[in-house]
Amino acid sequence: MKVYELGAVEIREKVVAGELKVREIVDQLLERIAEYDTEVGAFVTVDTEAARLRADELDALVAMGETTGKLLGVPVAIKDNICVQDGLTTCGSKMLGNFKPPYSARVVQRLLAEGAVIIGKTNLDEFAMGSSTENSALQQTRNPRNTGCVPGGSSGGSAAAVAAGFVPVALGSDTGGSIRQPASYCGVVGMKPTYGAVSRYGLVAFGSSLDQIGPFARNVEDAALVLEVISGPDAQDSTAATEKLKLSGNYPGDLQGMKIGLPTEYFDTEGLSSQVKEAVLAGTERLRKAGAELVEIHLPLIKYAVGTYYIIATAEASSNLSRFDGVHYGHRCEQPTDIIDMYSRSREEGFGAEVKRRIMLGNYVLSAGYYDAYYLRALKVRRKIADDFSRAFAEVDLIASPVAPTTAFKFGEKTADPLAMYLSDIYTISANLAGIPGISVPCGVDAEGLPVGLQLLTDNFKDDLLFKASAVLANVGIGVAF
Amino acid sequence: MSNITVEDVQKIALLSRLKLTEAEVEMFRGQLGDIIDYIEKLSEVDITGVEPFINAASEGNVFRNDVLRDEAGNISNEQATQNAPQKGDGFFKVPATIATN
Repeated sequence: MKVYELGAVEIREKVVAGELKVREIVDQLLERIAEYDTEVGAFVTVDTEAARLRADELDALVAMGETTGKLLGVPVAIKDNICVQDGLTTCGSKMLGNFKPPYSARVVQRLLAEGAVIIGKTNLDEFAMGSSTENSALQQTRNPRNTGCVPGGSSGGSAAAVAAGFVPVALGSDTGGSIRQPASYCGVVGMKPTYGAVSRYGLVAFGSSLDQIGPFARNVEDAALVLEVISGPDAQDSTAATEKLKLSGNYPGDLQGMKIGLPTEYFDTEGLSSQVKEAVLAGTERLRKAGAELVEIHLPLIKYAVGTYYIIATAEASSNLSRFDGVHYGHRCEQPTDIIDMYSRSREEGFGAEVKRRIMLGNYVLSAGYYDAYYLRALKVRRKIADDFSRAFAEVDLIASPVAPTTAFKFGEKTADPLAMYLSDIYTISANLAGIPGISVPCGVDAEGLPVGLQLLTDNFKDDLLFKASAVLANVGIGVAF
Repeated sequence: MSNITVEDVQKIALLSRLKLTEAEVEMFRGQLGDIIDYIEKLSEVDITGVEPFINAASEGNVFRNDVLRDEAGNISNEQATQNAPQKGDGFFKVPATIATN
């Protein structure tokens, strides 16, 4: 049996039925990682011993009839900005090269409580800042569909690990598209839940009003299952919603009565590749054939989303990353002459260029004389963008669009021009600004065989609708690479 | 074209506690200038009477009593300082903040 082709739901069923030992699953996947991850570079840490030990423990429980875990025996990869107690959590940064958190993120606790096995931690753009995973200070991650291309980012390692069949499911974080864009580039399902649906406790903060943890999977049911496990209220995160998401978990693909809006502004964008546009429109046609009604809608403020985002996200980042000062954890420079010298040199040495750029921009837009002109104005434009979506969702159930203007690009193609890199997030960013959920589902490939993702967005806390509609597309999704 | 000077970059670097190299100052001057030009586009939007969007969480602020909760209390001093670059007697050690002669 090819364990690496199985999804999370199938794995659990086989473990419960006694057809597969958890140890066998874990061993097969570890073997596959050993064989192919030198080529892909998805993982920054693989804890072989801990995973085997955990598998044996779970097998012992199964032998005693303990089979209630919703993710029993399911191997999971975790983006390396999500804390797992006493294991390395580097954030892809030299700053946290040796950091071992004293506690696990709430999402990790919830995965373990339902019988999941953590296989390892995955690569990312440093502190989740980037769209290609090229900003990792640790290693390069290559797209399993074409190793000459980037996997997208910032959760590039998690997307690549799922696409390569190293794990059936993984966790990422999405601040401006960091789950959906790499999912699109690697040809897997990636979902950003409604803001607050999943606790951020134990996620290293980047933009606190935008960050959300979500699942990667090779099919919609698996993504929904993981979200069902990780979502829910949490006293340790005051922005977590007080009610748990309601997910049906069963998606037969009937979209009768569903109305899907196609925003003119999303399809007439300068820089949208014609092949991407074609694949996405073919995807919407499949949604129509499954019973949905397609209507044209307008989101007039959307052209301001990238600018608004890069003010708010950098302002929040400059504040959040002030904690990396060489005092409590992380890198400290040699022989500091005084405390200011220690802060300034530790940060200069520990952070990479993109992180510095965003801290600088954030402090600029927050500084005296510029606060009202940039930051406060951006918060008001953010309100207008959120209102645009509210108006749209009074008319339609879902919005369909591309995930990114192109398919996966080549290494180095955009690193010299930060603004060009920022513009590759043009379709995903507005969901984080409005707080609404979004999903990326494979809908086709371009002439070079690179995957194209279709994005669906919906109103707050209607996350289940995303799974319901995307099941129509993901059933013809792309399989495991290699 | 926004006019970001070397002095502007140095001032922001100081605020950011980043001891930039000269090459970085020059690189950021150009790149920050480009990005700021781009975000200037927001000045076209009419924001009269619009309330700022502070938090995507719809339920408003969450209050609690300022008491030690079990979960936070479970982290020992040893765990809390386990990642410290320099520590001693259960404290984080830093260079002197006030000069001694």
